[in-house]
Amino acid sequence: MKSRIALVVALSIATVGPVAAQTKDANAEFEKFRAEMEESSPAELFEAKGEELWKAKRGPNKVSLAESCDLGQGPGKVEGAWVKMPRYFADADAVMDGERRIVWCMVEKQGFKFEDIAKKPFQGANDNNAPDITNLVTYVASGSRNMAFDVPMHDPRVRDAFETGRAMAAYRAGPYDFSCNTCHGADGKRIRMQNLPNLSTPEGAIRGVQGWPGYRMTGGVMLTSQWRMNDCFRQQRFPEPKYASQAVTNLLTYMAGNSNGQMYKGPGIKR
Amino acid sequence: MADPMKIRAQMKGDVAEIRILMGHAMETGQRKDAAGNTVPAHFIQTITIDVGGKRVVDGQTGTAISRNPVFGFKMKGAKAGDKVIVNWVDNKGDKRTDEATVA
Amino acid sequence: MKTLAMISGVAGAVALLAGCAGGPSRSEAEYRQLALDTIKRDFQAKGQAKFERLTADDVQQACNAHANTPPADLVIKLTGAQLSTIKLPADDKYLGDWKEGEKLAQSGRGFTWSDKADQPAGGNCYNCHQIGPQESSFGTVGPSLLGYGKTRGNTPEMQKYTYSKIYNAKAFNLCSEMPRFGHAGALNEKQIKDLVALLLDPASPVNK
Repeated sequence: MKSRIALVVALSIATVGPVAAQTKDANAEFEKFRAEMEESSPAELFEAKGEELWKAKRGPNKVSLAESCDLGQGPGKVEGAWVKMPRYFADADAVMDGERRIVWCMVEKQGFKFEDIAKKPFQGANDNNAPDITNLVTYVASGSRNMAFDVPMHDPRVRDAFETGRAMAAYRAGPYDFSCNTCHGADGKRIRMQNLPNLSTPEGAIRGVQGWPGYRMTGGVMLTSQWRMNDCFRQQRFPEPKYASQAVTNLLTYMAGNSNGQMYKGPGIKR
Repeated sequence: MADPMKIRAQMKGDVAEIRILMGHAMETGQRKDAAGNTVPAHFIQTITIDVGGKRVVDGQTGTAISRNPVFGFKMKGAKAGDKVIVNWVDNKGDKRTDEATVA
Repeated sequence: MKTLAMISGVAGAVALLAGCAGGPSRSEAEYRQLALDTIKRDFQAKGQAKFERLTADDVQQACNAHANTPPADLVIKLTGAQLSTIKLPADDKYLGDWKEGEKLAQSGRGFTWSDKADQPAGGNCYNCHQIGPQESSFGTVGPSLLGYGKTRGNTPEMQKYTYSKIYNAKAFNLCSEMPRFGHAGALNEKQIKDLVALLLDPASPVNK
């Protein structure tokens, strides 16, 4: 009765330090690895925590986001919400991206203080845990996995955010005269070996939004598109965009709007 | 309190593909925090995996493994409906057991 | 469990861009102003990146207002002014040490809010240019500079031009993507000479 159990292929344990991509081969190798990892993406750990947070009664008002937070699809409804944002929210009288909207709900519905959330909104390289807002964003984004972007561009307020974002991307200033478009305004450009998506095209824009929020294997941290915008401006030698501000929403509207009709694969994996 | 694991176990022909995602800091003990103090080592030390009531993996792990490790393998001899029970213990004595069913 | 249907809807996106009802409701200039207002309201200083960095200077303003192609008279006026900012070396020597230049070209440090303000900036050259043949990790935002001195010649004029171009690229091409390294205070005279040597010195690997 002894059925022999054989380990056919042994472990593949993810151990990733800084990946130094030196050649095209290295890029291809990484892509293969990334695709493999997506089958068991660590992002799922953050999704699970986010779901718990979404459903828990929290904050001074002891209400859950699941009963109070309308992401545009009805209170608490997460499915398909991520790919339909940024959108206009009448109760806030503003166009908001997903992260900004969740923050708004935490403040307005649950009674959290904005300053407390904005104090440390991103997971640092040395932090074991992501902030609650990152987990919530990851959960909400996972509710749109494999759905097409459908940002309501026919809404003139969304269109204004889009066009303003487009103009922001072209704005050159700072010690190096950089704008977003310096790196992301033309096809086929690279910084070192890093390919740069051209955000003015549908093909480039989708590359800017589809992997976010993303799990960065270097350091093992979960990061949101808000963080990504911040890091772009850091490298642009600009000051920092305020957390959950209209400025960030405008840029995300520009990118998500240009991605309309293309599929969002869900929270992703980054180098 | 450790976070739950995510376990996927699926038959592909006569081979079961099992993938386990563990939420763990996996501190190496070599890193320093912002204040310059060494962050104490904290890592999963042993992993056991039982499939269909049989121990198939009894392994020791160390600090060379990244944060939030993924552990994947294929095996013969399992069948749909078998229970997969994964258990880990770290160097601080924290432990976690989760289970799933082979689909 | 997860469906991996990779259906790309590029066609849909193109249709949307082309034929969407409700286009922009304001002019380009109005959106530019809105963008500027938003940036001034929604950005904050961090580290060495002070708020003042958001204010465009005359060159940046001209490029911003005209989608990087300002009218000819403005270009002539501003490039002339930029040319006059260039401080040429007093000793009239342009070729430094190409080995030091290579080190500088490799470094991407400087001026971000996470860089220390008192730390010297790097040249950031490989970020955008192919330069030495041994470095395969180079960017393509700028043109390849491999063989720069061999094709152009290591003449006094070329040395002076190369020095000036690194010092202030906007003196030659007003809306160039290249930073004004000397003008911005990122690189000093010696560092620029080292970079000129990297590009022009016959002993530099760039010209081998």
